Amino acid sequence: MQVTYRGKQFAIEETLTVLQLLKRLKLLPESVLVIRNGQLVTEDHHLLPDDMVKIVSVVSGG
Amino acid sequence: MRCRTCGATAVINMRQHKLALCAEHFVAWILHNTTRAIHNYRMIAPGERVLVAVSGGKDSLALWDVLLRLGYHADGLYINLGIDGGRAYSAQSQAKAEAFAARCTAQFPKTRFFVVDLLKQYGESIPQLAARKRRETRPCSLCGLVKRHEMNRMALELGYDVLATGHNLDDEVATLFGNVMRWQTGYLVRQDPVLPADGEGLARKIKPFCRIYERETAAYALLQGIDYIEEECPYAKGATSLQYKETLTQMEHDVPGTKLQFYVKFLQAKAEGLFAATAGLPELQLCTTCGQPTTAEGQCSFCRLWER
Ligand code: SF4
Ligand SMILES: [Zn+2]
Ligand SMILES: [Zn+2]
Repeated sequence: MQVTYRGKQFAIEETLTVLQLLKRLKLLPESVLVIRNGQLVTEDHHLLPDDMVKIVSVVSGG
Repeated sequence: MRCRTCGATAVINMRQHKLALCAEHFVAWILHNTTRAIHNYRMIAPGERVLVAVSGGKDSLALWDVLLRLGYHADGLYINLGIDGGRAYSAQSQAKAEAFAARCTAQFPKTRFFVVDLLKQYGESIPQLAARKRRETRPCSLCGLVKRHEMNRMALELGYDVLATGHNLDDEVATLFGNVMRWQTGYLVRQDPVLPADGEGLARKIKPFCRIYERETAAYALLQGIDYIEEECPYAKGATSLQYKETLTQMEHDVPGTKLQFYVKFLQAKAEGLFAATAGLPELQLCTTCGQPTTAEGQCSFCRLWER
């Protein structure tokens, strides 16, 4: 799958759930939303090799 | 995961509420919860006109969208701070706010949108003002002062009853945490979902998203196709409030609902009289230049900024 996070793009070769992907990136599910092929998905969702995944940080402010 | 209401595939799981919802029912849930906050905290009376301060970010644009959908008379105000940060931050956020305003006007034809450009209005942007005041590394307190003043001024000049900002639960909790860490009793007394108008003709200030997590406002914006600016203001980097948010989110991860509890119980304790004895709110007088309330004699701190 192709993952985009904070303007960077990288590939991950395995099939993972959203939660596993976030763990791997050391992100808390409370601080992001995950969009798979344009659709918002929950943490138990399985991400497949062809998926385009975007991780959006939800933290704003200063 | 399945939507609790209809059983379709859920788009969001909110552990803090033990609730998963599909797109349709999540949007309805946000509208319902905002309505509840508006009623419970008596934020907007029937017929009142609301000015929404929009930054181009997810929270304020989502709030504007929600208020319009709920049938309120809500107009937008964008304040251009003149911040560049090597990526035209203010110009980009204004473009997002303008594009969204156009969408609002198309859907709700009576909607209006106002822009205040600090550079045009006062001859200096936030970075220029901060440089003159030797605050170039951390202009946030100056910036906050200027934004508050300009929101008040516009609401007064244009005759709005209510000024709404997009502060979400995470913002409120980070502020509360900071105020508690320093036992800022004066700030704690004044931290509230609704602040009554400080003076004649000024608007009441409301935060209709104060009980909505920022992950939920972000999901709402995404699901409604609201194109918001994802990048932060360049000066937000390293802000204490962001450090607090990180700590609090770790606590929320370990015990879902921690943030909501912390905030709601604070409001309850305050309603029951905690902090009241220490309140000692200073007397307000009217600024001799702009007429807004101030604790200082003569000019308010905003007007003093421009005296050279
Ligand atoms: S981060 Fe600071 S400078 Fe930037 S908009 Fe917020 S208060 Fe202003
Ligand atoms: Zn549903
Ligand atoms: Zn003044």
